[in-house]
Amino acid sequence: MDKPVNQKAWFMVLPVLLLVAFSAIIPLMTVVNYSVQDIFGPNERVFVGTEWFLDVLTSQRIHDALWRQFLFSGLVLLIEIPLGVMIALAMPKKGWGVSVSLVLLALPLLIPWNVIGTIWIIFTRPDIGLLGHTLQALDIAFDHTGSPLHAWITLMAMEVWHWTPLVALLAYAGLKAIPDAFYQAARIDGASRWAVFRYVQLPKMRGVLTIAVLLRFMDSFLIYAEPFVLTGGGPGNSTTFLSIYLVKIAVGQFDLGPAAAFSIIYFLIVLLFSWLFYQVLQNVGRGERT
Amino acid sequence: MTAIEAPMNLSAAPRRKSLAISPAKVALIVYFVLLMLPIYWMLTMSLRTNADILTSFAFYPERPTLGNYIKIFTDQSWYSGYINSIIYVTLNTGVSLLVAIPAAYAFSRYRFLGDKHLFFWLLTNRMAPPAVFLLPFFQLYSTVNLIDTHIAVALAHSLFNVPLAVWILEGFMSGVPKEIDETAYIDGYSFPRFFLRIFIPNIASGIGVTAFFCFMFSWVELLLARTLTTTVAKPIAAVMTRTVSATGLDWGLLAAAGVLTIVPGALVIWFVRNYMAKGFAMGRV
Repeated sequence: MDKPVNQKAWFMVLPVLLLVAFSAIIPLMTVVNYSVQDIFGPNERVFVGTEWFLDVLTSQRIHDALWRQFLFSGLVLLIEIPLGVMIALAMPKKGWGVSVSLVLLALPLLIPWNVIGTIWIIFTRPDIGLLGHTLQALDIAFDHTGSPLHAWITLMAMEVWHWTPLVALLAYAGLKAIPDAFYQAARIDGASRWAVFRYVQLPKMRGVLTIAVLLRFMDSFLIYAEPFVLTGGGPGNSTTFLSIYLVKIAVGQFDLGPAAAFSIIYFLIVLLFSWLFYQVLQNVGRGERT
Repeated sequence: MTAIEAPMNLSAAPRRKSLAISPAKVALIVYFVLLMLPIYWMLTMSLRTNADILTSFAFYPERPTLGNYIKIFTDQSWYSGYINSIIYVTLNTGVSLLVAIPAAYAFSRYRFLGDKHLFFWLLTNRMAPPAVFLLPFFQLYSTVNLIDTHIAVALAHSLFNVPLAVWILEGFMSGVPKEIDETAYIDGYSFPRFFLRIFIPNIASGIGVTAFFCFMFSWVELLLARTLTTTVAKPIAAVMTRTVSATGLDWGLLAAAGVLTIVPGALVIWFVRNYMAKGFAMGRV
């Protein structure tokens, strides 16, 4: 689509710019400011250059949290994207089932994140939880407060439960946007179910799936409230993700300098990976469409 | 053979009755049951007293009681949390839409200096870890005397909601043919009149979907909302954590408070469900 060049369009963008500048640029400058200083008190600060950055880059605990975070986000994407697409494919196309499916899918998305944690505590506790009680009755030893593996399984179950509906909703939107003519053409060509998915539905869903992958990557990489409520980062440090560790440094220990340097590196990693995903997904399958 | 059979499995085939049970439908129903199970469990807990919960295990409340809910609705420190949350979420949704609609129009209709960079930069704010902004926000809002106000939380949440709103709205607006703009100008509409009378109604479902997403992300966020408020504007999610730790763990009360946090969301979904189906169907969200 060719758009006319019009510099006056800037005036329409200006309110957004001012608002985001207030809530993003000023705080971000504060973070940059902290990251190069050692702060003792309100008026006592020393310029320390890149010291905090070197500290952060060589910190073993941050490395551990980073790998943990990558593993977590990787698993989230590997499970939620295919599952969400499958749910979208299975959803009814018309009739009352559509409204019911959409409402049910959207429900977990509108629960405050710490309440998600609370729901899963109530659900998995061996004494009062349905899942915990059932597992106990089946004689399966399961304890997400004691075993790191079990804590991870519970977290993943919670995360998949919580966010797969978003992927399904987006994929469903992509499917609905495919005109019937495409299916008719596929039928005339004698395409198999798989071929229809691979050459009609999947390419048409590329846009919404790009958004789904980006949103899921970002939000799983920034996860805080749910593991904080459910496991508190434990047992040990086994579920201490980047945000949990960052808040621990910034608010718990009040180490402003290292926390700020950590923040900047954290932000840059998210940016880099989001950009990479965006580029890859924009180019994947581009040549196939005619 | 598959040449004829396979396409029949697609939605378009009219002979297939929707009552027929296919494996995919069974799987879908199983999925929905699993999806609702944790929520159902919290609901049953909320209808039981704490003593009842701790002494007996039951799949449904045998002696259902509304005591937990009554306690929440009669205790000001509990119900004010809900009011606070609703105020700042509404404020945030309003502000986000107000600034995002013109910006999205500019992005979808015109090219201008630095448009692509600006768009990507806006999106980067959606990717910023809220934990990063914790301390700077606290300082910034302290400086301008906004700590513990609904405005502070609404502004802080616009950090991620405004970019998202611009993003979604731009998608919807690009789906509206440009001929509509041009026809309106030929018919002698001024820009503001065209925008309010013709363009906005055309993307009403898009605005509905955007409002839904803004509501959702502001309603569920806790970290910033909790940090920027102390007493007056404290959100319900924070009230839950504090009150529970102060009184010991009253599971029934906690569950009832949790159920009540789902209610506004469920209401919003119910109102936008037709928009949502139609809006999502417009694609490109």
